Amino acid sequence: METVTTPVPSQEAVHPALLKPLADADVPVLRDAYRQMLFIRRTEEAAAKAYGQGKIGGFLHLVIGQESICVGAALALRPADYMVTSYREHGHFMAKAGSSLASGKAVLSELWAKDTGCARGLGGSMHMFSAEHRFLGGYGIVGAQAPLAAGVAFGSKYQNLPEVTLCFLGDGAVNQGAFFEGLSLAGLWKLPVVFIVENNQYSMGTPLERTLAHPDITLRASGFAMQRDRFVSDDVLEVRDRISAAVERARTEFVPSLLEIETYRYRGHSMSDPGNYRTKEEIERWKKRDSIELARTRLLKVLPEAELVAIDDQVRDWVAEAVRFADESPPAQESSIWTTVYAQPGTDPRRM
Amino acid sequence: MPKMSFREALNQAMSEEMQRDPNVLLMGEEVGYYNGAYKVSQGMLARFGEKRVIDTPIAECGFVGIGVGAAMVGLRPIVELMTFNFSLVAIDQIINSAAKIHQMSAGQFKVPMVIRGAGGAAHQLGAQHSNSFEAVYCNTPGLKVVMPSTPADAKGLLKTSIRDDDPVVFIEAELLYGETGEVPEGEYLIPLGKGDIKRPGKDCTIVAYSKMVGLALQAAKELEKEGIDVEIVDPRTLRPLDEDLIFSSVRKTNRLVILQEATPHSSFGGEIAYRVQKHCFDDLDAPIERVASEDVPVPYALNLEAIVLPDVARVVAAVKRTLE
Ligand SMILES: Cc1ncc(C[n+]2csc(CCOP(=O)(O)OP(=O)(O)O)c2C)c(N)n1
Ligand SMILES: [Mg+2]
Repeated sequence: METVTTPVPSQEAVHPALLKPLADADVPVLRDAYRQMLFIRRTEEAAAKAYGQGKIGGFLHLVIGQESICVGAALALRPADYMVTSYREHGHFMAKAGSSLASGKAVLSELWAKDTGCARGLGGSMHMFSAEHRFLGGYGIVGAQAPLAAGVAFGSKYQNLPEVTLCFLGDGAVNQGAFFEGLSLAGLWKLPVVFIVENNQYSMGTPLERTLAHPDITLRASGFAMQRDRFVSDDVLEVRDRISAAVERARTEFVPSLLEIETYRYRGHSMSDPGNYRTKEEIERWKKRDSIELARTRLLKVLPEAELVAIDDQVRDWVAEAVRFADESPPAQESSIWTTVYAQPGTDPRRM
Repeated sequence: MPKMSFREALNQAMSEEMQRDPNVLLMGEEVGYYNGAYKVSQGMLARFGEKRVIDTPIAECGFVGIGVGAAMVGLRPIVELMTFNFSLVAIDQIINSAAKIHQMSAGQFKVPMVIRGAGGAAHQLGAQHSNSFEAVYCNTPGLKVVMPSTPADAKGLLKTSIRDDDPVVFIEAELLYGETGEVPEGEYLIPLGKGDIKRPGKDCTIVAYSKMVGLALQAAKELEKEGIDVEIVDPRTLRPLDEDLIFSSVRKTNRLVILQEATPHSSFGGEIAYRVQKHCFDDLDAPIERVASEDVPVPYALNLEAIVLPDVARVVAAVKRTLE
C-alpha cells in the first residue's frame, strides 16, 4: 500500500489556500467558520487565564491551534450525526453545538465545576457530554474512544438511521490496541464511522518520529477495508470538504475511513507542561499557517473589514458573557454524586 | 541522612540498581527525553543512555507485554506506567501473563519485573484518572503489591522489588512525589512483607498505607488534643501482608480503623478486617471501622471530590466510634 502524501505546507509569504478562489456560496460558510474558530480560541484563552486564577482544577488540555479541524468537521455533519473525542475536546464540543453562546457557557461552567456545566461539574475538562447535540463524550484513556465510536456507528446502522459518527484521536492514540480493534471491527462490519487523527506532531513531549515506525498514520487502515485520506488543517474549508467526502461515504456506502490531519497545538500538552521540547522558531513557523488568520485574510478579500471587526467584537462579548455566567452559576450539587452513578431508577450507590 | 523528595528517592533506587545490574532497565512513556511525566526519572537518560532508559509509544499493553517477555529471558525490566489508571489497558499482560507464568510453567520461567507508576486521586483529575486499583492486583496470586508512604520506604522497597524474582506492582501516590524525608544512602533494602509502625499509640490502631498514612498522622494530632492516642500501622506491602504486625497492634489497642483511599466494596480493607476478626476476635472491644472513599467514581468538582475522598474529620470520627 502506498503512502498518501500530505501536500507540503508552504512556508512562503503567500499561503496556497490564498491562491484558491473562494466560491460565493462559501463566503458565508467561511465567515461562520471564522467566528466559530475565533470563539473557541478566545474561550480557551479565557479558560487558560482562569486556570491561573484557580477557578479550574485538574488537567486542562487546550485545542488552540487546531480549531479548523473540529469546526471543519462540524460543518461536514448533520445535527443527527455524532462526535466522540479524546480529552482535548472543548472546541469539538462547541463546534458540534454550532459554537453558540450557550455552548461557550456550557464549557466554561463545566470547567468552573458549576451545576450549569455540560456535565454538571462531574466531568470537567476531559469529559464533556451533550445528549442534545449528540456529543458522546471526551475520554481520558488514550484510544478508548475508537471502539466506542465504532459501537455508536453500529447502533445507528442497526437501527437503520442515516447517522455518521466522527471519532477524534490524537496521533499518540494510533499505537493503542483499542485503536486497532476499533478500526478492525469498523472495517469488518462496514460501520458508518470516520476516524480522524489530529496529528499535532507530539504526544505529550514525544515527537512523532519517536513513536511511529512509518510516518503515514493512514497506512494503519490498510488491512481493514477502509478508505484513507491525509491532509493539512490550515484551510477550514478544505477540512470540511475532505471530511464531508468521508462522511458521505460512510453514510451512503457504509465505508469507514481513517483520516490524518496535520496540525499543531500552540500551547503545552496541558497546563503543567512548559513544552521545553519545542523551539520558539518551530512554534512560530506553525503560527504562520494559522487557520484563523488564513480565514480572516481570505474573507478580507471579499468582505468589508467592518464585518470582521463586528465578529471579533461579538466573540469578545460572548466570552465575557460566558465567563460571567460561569462565575455566577451555582456550584456542582452534592446530590448529583448519588443520583448519577446508576441509571436504573431507585438504584443508590450507598446501598450496594 | 540526606533529605530528599519521594521522586528523588525512587530515582535513586532505580539508578543504584541500574548501576549494579546491567539487566535492569527502565521503560515507559516520557521516561527518557522528558525526564518523566512526574520527573521521577530525571537525568536517567543522560546517565544510562537510550538502550536502558526507553521512551515508549502510548501502548501499555504492548510495552508491559514486552517487559514480561524480556523478564522471562533474563532481564529485570522496570516498566513505568504514567499512572495506574492506564494499567487497565495492560491488565491482561499483568494478570494473565506476568502473574501466572511461573506457576503455569511449573517454575521453569520467572518474571522478575517491576510495574510502577502513579496511583490514586490527585487534585480534580476526574473519574478516569483518580482510580485506586490495589485491590485488583492484591486479588491476583502471583503478583506482589507495594505502596510506600515515605521517601525512605519508597527507596528501600523499590530496590528490593527490583531484585525480587517475581512481578511487583509498585503504586506511588501521585500527591506524595513532592513530599520530602530522610533517606538512607546506598544499600538500603526493606524486605517485602514487613510493615512499619508510623506512630506508636495505645488507644486505637489505624491501618493506613500510601498517601493515607499522612492523613492518619494528621488525624492522630487532632485526637491527641483530646487525649486519644492512636497507633498507626503502615503495612507498606499489601501482598505479602505483614499481618502479625497488625495483629499485635490490635491486641494492644483492642480497636481498629482501616483507612484507604480506594472505594470500600470488595477492597483491601475488607481483607484486613477478615484477618483481624479471624485472629483477634477476642481482642476487639469494638466493631472494626473503615474509612474509604464514598462508593462512587470520583467527580471533577472540588467540592464534590472533597465529599468523596477520605478526610481527617472522617478518620477522627471513626476512631471515636471505636472508643464509644
Ligand atoms: C492509555 C493511556 N496512556 C497514557 C495516558 C497519558 N496521556 C494522556 S494524553 C497523552 C498524550 C497523547 O497524545 P496524542 O494522542 O498525540 O494526543 P494530543 O494530546 O496530542 O491531542 C498521554 C500519554 C492516557 N491518558 N491514557
Ligand atoms: Mg498529539
